Amino acid sequence: MAGTEAGIVDVAIVGSGPAGLSAAAHAAAKGMSHILLEKTDHLSDTIFKYQKGKHVMATPAHLVLRADLDFDAGKREAILETWDRQIAEHKVEVMLDADVTAIEGEAGNFTLTLKRGATVKARAVVLAIGTQGNPNLLRLPGADLPHVQYQLDDPTEYIDEHITVIGSGDAGIENALGLAADPAQGNVVTILNRGADFARAKGANVKLLMEAESEGRIFVRRETSPAEVKPGELVLETRDGQESIRCDRIIARTGSKPPRAFVEAAGVGFTSEEREAFPALSPSFESTKPGIYVIGALAGYPLIKHCMNQGYDVIEFLAGNTQLKPADEPILEEKFAPLPGNRSVDEWLALFGRTVVILQELSVLQLRELMIDSRAHFYRKGEVIFERNAPGSSMFAIAQGSVLVEVNPADPSVTVPIGEGSIFGEVGLISGRRRGATIRAAEDTVALEFSRTAALKLIATTPGAARAVNRISIERQLLQMFGSGLTPEDLAEITDAAVVEDKRAGEVVIKEGDDDKDVFVIRRGSMIVEKDIGGHPVFLSYLPAGSYFGEMAVIDGSKRTATVKAAIKSQVVRFPGEAFVKLLDRKPKLREKALADMAGRREVNAFIESRKDSFGDAADYYSQTAKFLVDQGIGEATDVLLIDETLCVGCDNCEKACADSHDGLSRLDREAGKTYAHLHVPTSCRHCEHPHCMADCPPNAIKRGPDGEVFIDETCIGCGNCQRNCPYGVIRMDARPPKKPGLLSWLMFGIGPGPGEASYSWRKKKAEASGREAPKVAIKCDMCSGIEGGPACVRACPTGAAIRVGPERFLAVSQSERGA
Amino acid sequence: MASLASEDGRAQRPSDHEGFLVHKRFRWLKVALALSIVAGIGYAFADVSPRPNGGTWYGYALGTLGVLLIVWLSLLGIRKRAMTEGRWSLKAWTSAHVYLGLSLVVIGTLHTGFQLGWNVHTLAWALMILVIVSGIYGVVVYATLPEKLSTNRGDMSKKEMIEALGAIDRQLESAAQPLPREESDLVIAALEQDAFRAGVLARLTGRYPGCRTERARAAFAADRDRDEHEERVFGLLQRRCAQLGQIRRQMRLRALLDIWLYVHVPATVALLGALTAHVISVFYYW
Repeated sequence: MAGTEAGIVDVAIVGSGPAGLSAAAHAAAKGMSHILLEKTDHLSDTIFKYQKGKHVMATPAHLVLRADLDFDAGKREAILETWDRQIAEHKVEVMLDADVTAIEGEAGNFTLTLKRGATVKARAVVLAIGTQGNPNLLRLPGADLPHVQYQLDDPTEYIDEHITVIGSGDAGIENALGLAADPAQGNVVTILNRGADFARAKGANVKLLMEAESEGRIFVRRETSPAEVKPGELVLETRDGQESIRCDRIIARTGSKPPRAFVEAAGVGFTSEEREAFPALSPSFESTKPGIYVIGALAGYPLIKHCMNQGYDVIEFLAGNTQLKPADEPILEEKFAPLPGNRSVDEWLALFGRTVVILQELSVLQLRELMIDSRAHFYRKGEVIFERNAPGSSMFAIAQGSVLVEVNPADPSVTVPIGEGSIFGEVGLISGRRRGATIRAAEDTVALEFSRTAALKLIATTPGAARAVNRISIERQLLQMFGSGLTPEDLAEITDAAVVEDKRAGEVVIKEGDDDKDVFVIRRGSMIVEKDIGGHPVFLSYLPAGSYFGEMAVIDGSKRTATVKAAIKSQVVRFPGEAFVKLLDRKPKLREKALADMAGRREVNAFIESRKDSFGDAADYYSQTAKFLVDQGIGEATDVLLIDETLCVGCDNCEKACADSHDGLSRLDREAGKTYAHLHVPTSCRHCEHPHCMADCPPNAIKRGPDGEVFIDETCIGCGNCQRNCPYGVIRMDARPPKKPGLLSWLMFGIGPGPGEASYSWRKKKAEASGREAPKVAIKCDMCSGIEGGPACVRACPTGAAIRVGPERFLAVSQSERGA
Repeated sequence: MASLASEDGRAQRPSDHEGFLVHKRFRWLKVALALSIVAGIGYAFADVSPRPNGGTWYGYALGTLGVLLIVWLSLLGIRKRAMTEGRWSLKAWTSAHVYLGLSLVVIGTLHTGFQLGWNVHTLAWALMILVIVSGIYGVVVYATLPEKLSTNRGDMSKKEMIEALGAIDRQLESAAQPLPREESDLVIAALEQDAFRAGVLARLTGRYPGCRTERARAAFAADRDRDEHEERVFGLLQRRCAQLGQIRRQMRLRALLDIWLYVHVPATVALLGALTAHVISVFYYW
C-alpha cells in the first residue's frame, strides 16, 4: 500500500504547511499514490505555533483559491480544525514525526531518509518545507544525551531541577525567565552567554534578566560556553578555565539553520549565492534536479493562498496536465487588458521576456510572479510617466516604444532618449530619494512598472538583472550628478572601473590624513563628514544619497582633509581618482563645477578650523546635537517628528489628534524615545528612505505614497513582521476600535471616552458589545496623507513644540555645500 | 544638497522650532498692541457725554468688541479637541489667544469707563480679570517649566519610571528577607505605603513629610554598623528615594503646569454666564 515505508509511492510531499497539505489532498483526490511527511507530531507547524486565537487572513483577496482543502480568513483554531478534518476525509497518507534528513536518487526512484532511521521511496518529491528551518544543534561531546532539548513548551512543567539555558538571544532569555518565574518551582536556572553582553536580545528582555540576576533568581554566566555534557553535569569553558556545574536539563536556543543546505544537498540549485535567493524552478515548479519540485514559501511564495494553489498545480503537472493555466491567469488578464494589440497573457509574457533586458533570464514562472506584483502601462506619445521630484520607488522597463528624459529642469526641450528594452526609475529604487527627472513617452509606449519589493527581489534572485541594473544605474547616477553635457561614452572608463561597496553604519570610508585617492558616490544611505578638532570629532555635514565625495584629495593632491563615515547602512560606488581627473581634463565645464563645489567645502573646513579655539561652546553643541540626531536614525529618515522640550508642556494633544485623525488609535508615543539637549525624537515613524518594515511583508501591504509617506494598506494580514523589523518601534499591532460618540456629546453630556485614544477597556467593551471581530493589524504613521492641512500631530500642538522635518533641514552647519 | 543654517555661520539649534509666543515674529502681539493703542486713543478723543461709560456709543463699540473676543477666546477649548481637517494650526490659535486675551484688559477696562461697583456688571469685569490673571500664570509656567520637566525626566517616560520603581520594589522585598523583625518592618511599611497619595499641597510643593521610604532610609543611615544584608537594603532604599523623587518632581511640575486651568476654565464659564446677565440686563433696562 502507498505510504508504507517499504513500497514506492508516486510522490512524497515533504512538509505539511498549506502548500504540502494542498498537494497531498489533491494527490489523494486524483488517486495518486503519495505520502505526506511532517517532522513534528501535528500538521502545519507554522500555523500551529501561532498564538492562540490569532486571526489568520486570506490575501490577496482577488486570487481565486484552487485547492481540495477549504481556506478562508478566520481564527487559527478553526483553520487547523478544518484542515485536520479534511485531510482525514480525503484519506491522505500522513506520516508524522518524519523528519527528512537526506534525499538521494534520481527521478523515478528517490530515497528519503528519515531522522529516526527509516526510509521512504518515491518517484517524485515535492519540497514544501517553508523557510523556518531546524534549530541549530549543540556540537559538543554528550550533546545527544536525552536531557538536551531545543524547545521549551511549558516552563511550569519542571520542578526542583538545575536547568541550564544555552543562548543569549530573546528565545533563550525568555525561556530562562519563564523557568525562574515562580520560586515555588525551586528550579536553579543558569543562562550561558559566550559574549559579555546580550546584544542580540531586546532591551526589555535584557532588563528583566539583569533584574532576575541581581535578585539571585537566575545565574548569568558571561564569556562562558559549554564544553561537554555529562549526565547530571555540564562542563563549562570559562575565562578562567574549565568548571563543572550540576545540570539536570539543558535547553539550547542557539538560533535556527535555514533549510538551504538541506535543499542543496538534495541537488537543487539556487538562483544565486545571495542569502535571499530562491531555488531555480521551471514553470511547473521543477527544480534543477529532475523529479524534485519546490513549492510554497521555500519557492518564494509566503502567502497561504499562493501556497495552496501551488500544491494543487504541482500535482496536476506531475499527473501530466501541461495545459493547466495558473490560478493567477485572470489577474494577469486584467493587468494586461489596457495594453493595445489584443494579445493573450502568454503572448505578452513572451514579449516582455524577449525585449526587456533585465527579464531575459527569467523563467515563465518567475515572470508571472513578477508581473503579479507589477503593473503594465500604456502611454500615448508625449504623456508624462513621472515628474521630477515626485516620490516613487518603483522601477520601469520599456517593453515597446521609447521615452525621453528631461535632464534640464529649466529647459524641458533638452532630453536624453531611453530605448526599448531598457529601464528607468532605478535611481529612486536604489536610493529611495525622489525622482531626479521628468520622463515622457517619446512614442506610444508599453512600460512595466515593478514595485520596489518586486524589483529588489528580481535583482536579488537573477544575477543577470542585477548586473544590468547596476551598470545602468551607476552610469546614470554619474550622468545626473555631473550633468554638463556628458555622454555615457565619456564615463565609460569610470563606469568600467566602478565598484559597488556596502558600508555598515559607522564604517569609515575616508579617513582624515590618509593618502588614498579614490572618489566615491553615495548610492544609498547617507554619510556624515567629521573633522578631528583638538582630539575629538566634530560633525561637519551630512551627505545624502546622490552626493559625491573624496574629490578634493584627487584634484589638489592633498591628504584627506576630513573623515567620512556611513550614517546608516549604505552603499557607495568607488572609482579611481585618476579616471576622474582625466575626465575633468577633457571636460572643462565639469572641472569648473567640481572646483566650485570644492571651494564651498573648503570654506567650511576653514571655518571649523578657525573656530577650534572656541570649541566646547556653540559649535560643539551643534555638532553634538547633529550627532545625536544621526544616532537616532535621522540619517535614514525622510520626514521625522521632532519635539522641542523647552516648549512641550506634555499635554499629549499630538497623540490625541493622531488618534482622532486615524481610526481612534494613536500612531506616536510622545514621551518614549531619546532626548538630547531638550531636543526629543519621539517614537514615531521616520519614513525611512529604505524602510525596514517593507523588508518582509507577505502581502506587500507597505508602500510609499505620493507624498513620500510609508503607509500600510488594507491588505495587511496582521503577521507582525514589520513590527519586529522596525528598529524604532513605531509600529503597533492593534484592532481598529469601534466609533466613539461625537465631541459635542462628550463636552455637553460626558458621553463616550472623549478626545484621543479610548482606553483599552473601553475599546474592548465596546467591541464585544458590537459583536464584530476586528483582527489585529499593523498600524503606523502615514503622515496624515489625504488629510487636508497635513500631519495632525503638528497642527494640534498648542505651543509649537512639535514639527516634522526632513534630515537636510537640520543636518548642516553652513550654507555652502561641503564634503571631504 | 540642501544645506541651511544661520547666515553668519553661527552655530544654532539645528531645527526650526518656533514657540507660540514668538509665532510668526510676534504677529498677534502686534495685532493686540495695535488694538489696545487704538482703543486707548479712541477713549481719549471720543466725544461722549456726560462722561465715558459702557452706555455711550464708544462704550457699546468696545463692549461689542470685548464680547466677540471673549466668545472667540473661549472657543480655543473646542478648537483644541476637534481634530477637523484644514490648514489651521493650534499654535497660531494659542498665540492669538494669549495676546488678544491680554488686550482685553485694556478693552474691557476702557469699556467700563472706570465705573466699578458691587453689581453684576463689575462681576463680569472681575471674572474677566481673574481669567486673564490665571492665564498670565499659565503663560509664565508654559514658558519656564517645560525645560525643567524635560531635564527631570531625561529619557524616561512615565511608564518607565513606574516600572523602574517596581523593579526596585521587587529587589527590596527579596533583599529584606534576611533582616531582623524591626528592620524588615520598616521596609514593609515603606513598600506598603502608596507613595504618591498625598494632598494637593504635597503635589504642588513636592514635599512628602509622611514618606515611609525616607523614614526607613534615615533609620538605616543612622545605623553606623551595617552588615552585608543591611547595606544592600540601605542601597536599595536610597535608590527608591531617588526614584520616588524623580517621579514626584515630575508630578509637581505637571501639577504646576495644569493647576491654573482649574481656575481659568471654570472662571471662563462663569464669565460667560455673568456676561450674558450683563448684556441682557443692560438691554432690558435700556
